[in-house]
Amino acid sequence: MEFIEFKNVFKVYENGVTALADASLSIEKGEFVFIIGQSGSGKSTLTKLLYREEKPNKGQVFVGGINVGKLKNGNVYKLRRKIGVVFQDFKLLPKLTVYENIAYPLESYGMKPSEIREKVLRATERVGLKDKLRSFPNQLSGGEQQRVCIARAIVNEPKLIICDEPTGDLDPKISKEIMEVLKKINEDLGSTVIMATHDKEIVNKMKKRVIVIHDGVIISDKKKGSYVENEDV
Amino acid sequence: MKMFRIIRKSFKDAFKSVFRNFSLSMASISCTSITLIIVAISLLVTYNVNSITKDIEDVLTIVAFVDTNATDEDIKRLDEDIFNLSNIYTNEYKSKEEIKAQLSEDEDLKQILDTLDENPVQSTFVISVKDVRKISETANQIKGMDKIVSVKYGESLVNKLISMFDIIRNACIVAVVALILVTAFLIGNTIKITIFSRRNEIGIMRLVGTSNFVIKQPFLIEGAVLGLIGSIIPVLLTIYGYSFLYDYVGGKVFTDLIVLVKPNVIIYQVSLVLLIVGVIVGMFGSLRAVRKYLKV
Repeated sequence: MEFIEFKNVFKVYENGVTALADASLSIEKGEFVFIIGQSGSGKSTLTKLLYREEKPNKGQVFVGGINVGKLKNGNVYKLRRKIGVVFQDFKLLPKLTVYENIAYPLESYGMKPSEIREKVLRATERVGLKDKLRSFPNQLSGGEQQRVCIARAIVNEPKLIICDEPTGDLDPKISKEIMEVLKKINEDLGSTVIMATHDKEIVNKMKKRVIVIHDGVIISDKKKGSYVENEDV
Repeated sequence: MKMFRIIRKSFKDAFKSVFRNFSLSMASISCTSITLIIVAISLLVTYNVNSITKDIEDVLTIVAFVDTNATDEDIKRLDEDIFNLSNIYTNEYKSKEEIKAQLSEDEDLKQILDTLDENPVQSTFVISVKDVRKISETANQIKGMDKIVSVKYGESLVNKLISMFDIIRNACIVAVVALILVTAFLIGNTIKITIFSRRNEIGIMRLVGTSNFVIKQPFLIEGAVLGLIGSIIPVLLTIYGYSFLYDYVGGKVFTDLIVLVKPNVIIYQVSLVLLIVGVIVGMFGSLRAVRKYLKV
């Protein structure tokens, strides 16, 4: 079995919207995959199914051999400790400093302070934030906040990093920098990176695997693909 | 070590939250206090009712009078029959000679008894029962036996007293249970507001892989702390209030029959119960509130 596998997955929300219909795909360890599509096409749902923010209505989702849909509420945390998630809106805790934000997951796992310090410093170095450790999130620019979010996602060196439109709110120059950071993590740590985006430029430049979703259906899956305008399909 | 770090952090968070939402905390603390005061009163009343009932049970006996022409065999049979009844605790036979001898210890009585040719007293069985509630039933059973002339016990008073005590006790239990539920609900609501203001944080905690147990802990501790603080006033009232009351009435109510329980043991037992109830109710309330936010 591959590292990540979707087997005929259906997701219908309670309001009747079909977000994903009969989606099947597999992703190998260490891959860098873009999931693209318009707003509301189901790409966010696809990422949410990976870290069990949502459960599939039908079909199975496997991450590292775990059937995510069958995971009990009380055990979800075990999955999430192995996954780093980067959000469009960063989801940082406003009352904590950059250092505390990044250390937060590890603290809640009950890790030793010395170990936490080491890991946090390593993560901040990777994203290039070493001089901002004492700042609070609201003192940082959007790009810097996204770096904090990435640092928090990678602090426990997860096997899988999921990014849901990480550059959605950032300007092109900063987006490029963020992508460099993610690319480097993918290469250095060997983590699988799955990124939902609709940023055409980034996708075209990176030349990685591209999965296209339209109205909940996977319509294209190409190695070294590029952004396909939906009008062209 | 790992557990200790997590627990220490939870305690810090819990106390921070109690003081940050001070007015709300005060609301649930005072509600807990009022509830626990009533719980304390109920407990003290129940304790006393139980003790008084027990005192009466110890005092109460059935006296069965035996026919004067009963033979030794009859008496032996009666002794066995009575002892075999289900509700009998002790059963003692006193022959009329024994009773006469006992009475004769008193000089005046001796003179009167000596003037009579025949022994005027009757042989008796003195019976104490296991359960006073069934004393009438048992007395009637004995009355129905052959060679028993009559049976005496304090029927009317006993029945009234005991049924009254039962009502008091049941009313106390109902009041206590109802109030505990109300308090749990109120503490739950207080915690709910704390949680609501922290729901973003909880969401993020869950996303970064914090276990439900760790997320729950500060809220559980907060509930326990609220319950604990709420039980301080009731505990003080129990300890000083009951001692004062006991001294004030001189340890008994109306008659020597109704003797109150001495404060030295009971107040600490009741206080301990109040503390435990406060803490458990607080934790239970917050558990109920926090559960809702730990899905997804």
